[in-house]
Amino acid sequence: MNALTPVMSVRGISKQFDAIKAVDDVSFDVYPGEILGLIGPNGSGKSTLFNCILGQLAADRGTVEVGGQAVSNKRSCDLSKLGIGRTFQQLSVFPEMTVLDNIIVAGQEHEGTMISRLFGAPDAGLTEQAEQMIAFFRLSHLRDEQAGSLSYGQQKLVDAAMAFMAGPNIVLLDEPAGGVNLTMLAGLKERLISYNREHATTFVVIEHNMEFVMSLCTRIIVLAEGAIIAEGTPDQIRSNQMVIDAYLGG
Amino acid sequence: MRFSLKHLLLLVGLGVLVVAPLGQGNYIVYMLCSWLIFSIAAMGLNLTLGYAGQISLAQASFMAIGAYTTALLTLAGWHWVVAMPIGLVLCFVVGLALGFPALRVRGHFLAFVTLAFNTLVFLVARNEDWLTGGTYGKFGMPRPDFGIVSTDSQLNFYYFTLIVFVIAAALMWGIVRSPWGRAFRALRENPIRAESLGIDTRRLTLLAFAIGSVYGGLAGSLVSPLVQFIEPGSFAVIHSLRILLMVVVGGAGFFYGPMLGAAVVILLPEVLRFTEGYYLILYATLVIVLMVFCPSGLIGVGSRIRDKLWSRTRDRGDLKQGAQL
Ligand SMILES: Nc1ncnc2c1ncn2[C@@H]1O[C@H](COP(=O)(O)OP(=O)(O)O)[C@@H](O)[C@H]1O
Ligand SMILES: [Mg+2]
Repeated sequence: MNALTPVMSVRGISKQFDAIKAVDDVSFDVYPGEILGLIGPNGSGKSTLFNCILGQLAADRGTVEVGGQAVSNKRSCDLSKLGIGRTFQQLSVFPEMTVLDNIIVAGQEHEGTMISRLFGAPDAGLTEQAEQMIAFFRLSHLRDEQAGSLSYGQQKLVDAAMAFMAGPNIVLLDEPAGGVNLTMLAGLKERLISYNREHATTFVVIEHNMEFVMSLCTRIIVLAEGAIIAEGTPDQIRSNQMVIDAYLGG
Repeated sequence: MRFSLKHLLLLVGLGVLVVAPLGQGNYIVYMLCSWLIFSIAAMGLNLTLGYAGQISLAQASFMAIGAYTTALLTLAGWHWVVAMPIGLVLCFVVGLALGFPALRVRGHFLAFVTLAFNTLVFLVARNEDWLTGGTYGKFGMPRPDFGIVSTDSQLNFYYFTLIVFVIAAALMWGIVRSPWGRAFRALRENPIRAESLGIDTRRLTLLAFAIGSVYGGLAGSLVSPLVQFIEPGSFAVIHSLRILLMVVVGGAGFFYGPMLGAAVVILLPEVLRFTEGYYLILYATLVIVLMVFCPSGLIGVGSRIRDKLWSRTRDRGDLKQGAQL
């Protein structure tokens, strides 16, 4: 694995909503195995950037390459097949399904064919793997509960577990810690770091909680008003005057 | 697989279906056939609407396609066993086509599109005399003859319908508990999340319509030989609304919902008939009350009562082990 070959290259992404330039000519590379943080004040275009990268929104300009392959204009279900997982800023579990079904449905489309999924095993042979994933996130006692009946923080964990189920090379997490209480926060961070180590999965993490980002990420990119204003290690970012201004000056 | 209470209930249910028509008059047997047939149509809509979350007000138009195809072919001397699948293939293709608007519009707009489609099919059936017989419709369709047994008697036709119903229900059961069924539910609950997990929601939406329509077509292909007379009015928009009512009253997204709903929608008016002029008012009132107090339908009422009686004081799962992580 060459650390200098990016797993994902983002080049010149721009997105305008009417009068608002939500994302303005953003370029960056993501390297294998790193946990890249993407921070910035509310409304600085982080989620929009994710949605442009992942084909949920059509970017006005710019390209995205994953593993050397151009993925712009691909549908998000195809991106998932290419090994790109994601979570959304808003809670995105399937509330009326059990935790186990949530996790299985997150992996089943990566097993077999349409035909085998109709006539094969009801669980697509994923129950054991799903149980391991549930256990990894310490949710085993909730396996058969409806996802919608879980606490907010637990649902966030299910949400994250779903993004990992297909064994992606790169996972984009949009505010995984948003709304998660303090006791669960440490656990979530520890789980993410441990997953990153065990599977060498690359993460891009949008986060608001500075404490969380600084201790989770290996590298951080700062966005303000749709453009990158700083990039560096957590220590460099902490002492960067522009970042301090962007946050305090708002 | 363990033999459980569920299996026992299933066997009892099947037993009841087998003995139900014995010793009954032709009219009762006809009503039972009608119930089985509408259950099939409602099962299809339940897949489209209840499981996959795509509203369709056109199920009766697929019954029309199935019924007219079967009628025309059996009148031309083909056997029902050959005519029926041709109707189903036609419904699959047309259902697939009707799914395309669902990729662009949702909710009320989709309801209107499908409503318009049902009207279109009705008008074609009424105006294209050369094919459909226009307002006079088609009559005298033969009932299928299987050599050893013919379905000419009402009782034999009931058992024939029952066999088709059981096969259709078993196939539906297979679909909803397969990964496809899980993907359909994911599509209903959160299409954007589903897509991000690799589920091809476009293909799935089209399939939800196509498969649901095939069930409508199958119901239609049974109507033809049952009534031996079809005309455009039998498949007007009002009948699509009736099938929708069956799904919603029974419990959308529950496997047994459509059967229960079809029973209520078909049989309740009969039971209430003694009230003469008031029966429609009573019927409508009952439906409104049900929908207000139990939007998940009769199946929902059933599970509520069961919870009350059994009073399963289960802990909420997340409280079992404190709240650590
Ligand atoms: N669908 C949309 N339509 C119009 N404006 C939008 C839309 N999505 C986001 N915006 C605007 O784009 C800007 C960036 O939003 P967002 O990417 O959600 O920021 P962040 O995730 O960094 O908080 C905001 O000003 C927001 O109001
Ligand atoms: Mg955001």
